[in-house]
Amino acid sequence: MCGIVGLFLKDKSLEPQLGALLSEMLVTMSDRGPDSAGIAIYGSGKDKWSKITLQSRAPDADFTNLEKEISGHLGCNASLRQIDTHAVLNVPLDKVTEVREALATLRPDVKIMSAGEVIEIYKEVGLPRDVAARFDIAGMAGTHGIGHTRMATESAVTTMGAHPFSTGADQCLVHNGSLSNHNSLRRKLRYNGVHIETDNDSEVAAAYLTYKMGQGASLGEALETGLDELDGFFTFVVGTRDGFGVLRDPTACKPAVMAETDRYVAFGSEYRALVNLPDIDNARVWEPEPATVYFWKH
Amino acid sequence: MNENSKKTPPRTVPIQSSTFSNPINAEIRRAAATGIYDIRGGGAKRKVPHFDDLLFLGASVSRYPLEGYREKCETNVTLGTRFAKKPIELEIPITIAGMSFGALSGPAKEALGRGATLAGTSTTTGDGGMTEEERGHSKKLVYQYLPSRYGMNPDDLRRCDAIEVVVGQGAKPGGGGMLLGQKISDRVAEMRNLPPGIDQRSACRHPDWTGPDDLEIKILELREITNWEKPIYVKVGGARPYFDTTLAVKAGADVVVVDGMQGGTAATQDVFIEHVGQPTLACIRPAVRALQDLGMHREVQLIISGGIRTGADVAKALALGADAVSIGTAAMIALGDNDPRWESEYNALGTTAGAYDDWHEGNDPAGITTQSPELMARLDPVEGGRRLRNYLKVMTLEAQTIARACGKNHVHNLEPEDLCALTIEAAAMAGVPLSGTDWIPGTGGF
Amino acid sequence: MQIFDLEAEGLRTLNQTLQGQKDSTNQTSWEIVNPRGSHAIAVGLDAPIDVTVKGSTGYYCGGMNKQATITVKGSVGPGVAENMMSGKIVIEGDASQYAGATGRGGLLVIKGNASSRCGISMKGINIVVHGNIGHMSAFMAQSGNLVVLGDAGDALGDSLYEARLFVRGKVKSLGADCIEKEMRPEHIALLQDLLDQAGADAKPEEFTRYGSARELYHFNIDNAAAY
Repeated sequence: MCGIVGLFLKDKSLEPQLGALLSEMLVTMSDRGPDSAGIAIYGSGKDKWSKITLQSRAPDADFTNLEKEISGHLGCNASLRQIDTHAVLNVPLDKVTEVREALATLRPDVKIMSAGEVIEIYKEVGLPRDVAARFDIAGMAGTHGIGHTRMATESAVTTMGAHPFSTGADQCLVHNGSLSNHNSLRRKLRYNGVHIETDNDSEVAAAYLTYKMGQGASLGEALETGLDELDGFFTFVVGTRDGFGVLRDPTACKPAVMAETDRYVAFGSEYRALVNLPDIDNARVWEPEPATVYFWKH
Repeated sequence: MNENSKKTPPRTVPIQSSTFSNPINAEIRRAAATGIYDIRGGGAKRKVPHFDDLLFLGASVSRYPLEGYREKCETNVTLGTRFAKKPIELEIPITIAGMSFGALSGPAKEALGRGATLAGTSTTTGDGGMTEEERGHSKKLVYQYLPSRYGMNPDDLRRCDAIEVVVGQGAKPGGGGMLLGQKISDRVAEMRNLPPGIDQRSACRHPDWTGPDDLEIKILELREITNWEKPIYVKVGGARPYFDTTLAVKAGADVVVVDGMQGGTAATQDVFIEHVGQPTLACIRPAVRALQDLGMHREVQLIISGGIRTGADVAKALALGADAVSIGTAAMIALGDNDPRWESEYNALGTTAGAYDDWHEGNDPAGITTQSPELMARLDPVEGGRRLRNYLKVMTLEAQTIARACGKNHVHNLEPEDLCALTIEAAAMAGVPLSGTDWIPGTGGF
Repeated sequence: MQIFDLEAEGLRTLNQTLQGQKDSTNQTSWEIVNPRGSHAIAVGLDAPIDVTVKGSTGYYCGGMNKQATITVKGSVGPGVAENMMSGKIVIEGDASQYAGATGRGGLLVIKGNASSRCGISMKGINIVVHGNIGHMSAFMAQSGNLVVLGDAGDALGDSLYEARLFVRGKVKSLGADCIEKEMRPEHIALLQDLLDQAGADAKPEEFTRYGSARELYHFNIDNAAAY
């Protein structure tokens, strides 16, 4: 069980504060999820370049020479910026697959958290306040972001078990609830060649969406079929390149609150998460309907 | 007459099918006739690995026993030390589990209260609210907070000694309460805000929270209403004891109650009782491990219930890591449920002493699981209270005897290493070696 | 008028102070500022006092209320007035799910919209919603009255016992055993009284009454699909 937060900025002047606003929302949701936390920030990107966020349990050993090694391997200039246990690797967009393969050989223990033109994902075990601090989320700028605080239900408390889960380029998912058929789905997806790292039910939902989109569905279509094929309780927030989407299951027992002004659209598992947003007292506050896909995009 | 027919050839011996046994065939016929599932009371009746499959090692050359009487073996337990301003102190590690007024008669609830108080322990209300009799006769009363919220009110919440948030029970993890029309008397109906004589349908989830993240907020609310005084228990059926215990602790519980499949109910579908939920023995170690993994063993207390019958069961549950146990069915039997003295009446009901479980019909000859004034009168609550107290005392003495034989001056000092198992299943479930070996199945990848 | 800053003084002090007011108190008027979405605000009160919350709250505002009049100048999270025993709670904004859950008495007025499961398992409370209510409202509602000036979502009154439901707008769908019923003079009078108490601008004649068909009161295999 968990807390979810999301923030989509309409007003560009708020972009430098995205990380600060989002991390404060995240920390407010610590009670709902004390085990681990994660955040996906959609920030700046360079045309025709991709950012790959990496995580390592031995960051100094793994990241120190990596920039040179990857550059050498690709025959072009990759750049790497390390933050605590994570690192953001910038590579040309058309080299992403090559880089994934290279990483598998060069650094088999390093995990890929996300890949995309503008997305960066940071997640670790620990209290949300500590996770946000170690990555200096508050100092990050961006157009939109989603975050998650986790109270693990049936799978282990690990870095990889934390949300957000990457579902594709510039896409990710966070989940509050409990899926009841995730084991069968995991088996089917693995059979179809989808890589699933953990026993976490949320990761299965992310893998399901990735798989469906790989088969040609749009994110919206994949979410719609998900209503039938995913059993259990869920509120999903999915991050996309241009914005975010929200979906609640038909029973809609897990909470979800939205707030909108002409400067932003925000999501929180509780209203409490939203109270420090600018001009919240005049925002339109409402709850998303069950079994309905919502999207906001730039 | 033909010569050959005088010598009847040997016949094959009739063989009953294990799969299509007589009870199963009778049930199929009953279902075909009535079109309704079988509803009954009690817990799982079929044989499952249980405490009988465990043995204590006792004293030896390497371990020394305590003398009885002079060398004390303490039995007290404190529940609710984590957050509550007023934890509950019990003289014995055996409590009386939740059973509703409605399922049980008023005199039966009174008897339980009297007996528990004499023994220095607590009783628990059930899915019907708190009665004056029970509050009056039970010195320590745990008030259940259930999905139905029948009779729930802040005044009773404030005058109880602990609050038990019921997520589920062993007989039906995932099911709600059930009381059929025959037992919805005027008094029961009034307490539950229902029309008299109708079947009470059940909600299986709480009406205003779902999931441990919301439960945490609900527990906060209950504490705020009761000035943070009362220990808050969270009770679960034996489904996923490791995760359930972990989440109960994270949601802020003071005490976790895990009820295995042998735990009784007043009424539910037989198929639920026999086929959903795990044996009590299988639930204890995962629950204890969860507490240990969180560093909360003994900080958050664990109560185990479901088929506790004797002092040996009590001692074994404690040895496996529980802080206390709870009895329901056993308490009823001590009061006189299923007593052979009523055999002719059981026969008239189509059953026999020991097998009577149609408690939902309200015809209990022993006067315990009924609302009929005539039958209720058969149970003298004062006498019943004495019987319960005697029984609790015997269980306590038995547990002390065992603990002393294992060299313990407090029953809480019993540990898994004091045990061995007679079967592989029990060894695996309890996490103790198979007798005569060092082998604990399921550990070390084997 | 007592003003209480929740952010400065904390929830425990707030509830302890308000719960400490007895019937004879002369501190009858309270204002709570800076609620900031907090949970369990003004729960377990038991005195005829007036409490105004200036802002929006989290879960369980006014839980188990007795006698007090609580007004929230904002919106509330899940479970407002849960298990209310008596008194009056008025929400000027919207209410989240489970509003009035298992309530046993008193009046809950929601001037905006209520979400899903409004009046779930209600046991005597009266609820008046000026706006709409969400799905699964009045689920297993046992007694009391739910009045909705707007629309109702799916599965209204599923598994209903004896609670009365009055809806002026559209009902998306009715739940198991919930049927339309005729409005008789006693219902008109009852509804008029509730509308007056709630300051609602509507006439009883505009409403449709819904109640239990009572076919689930005794198990019958032919109704199995409804379970």
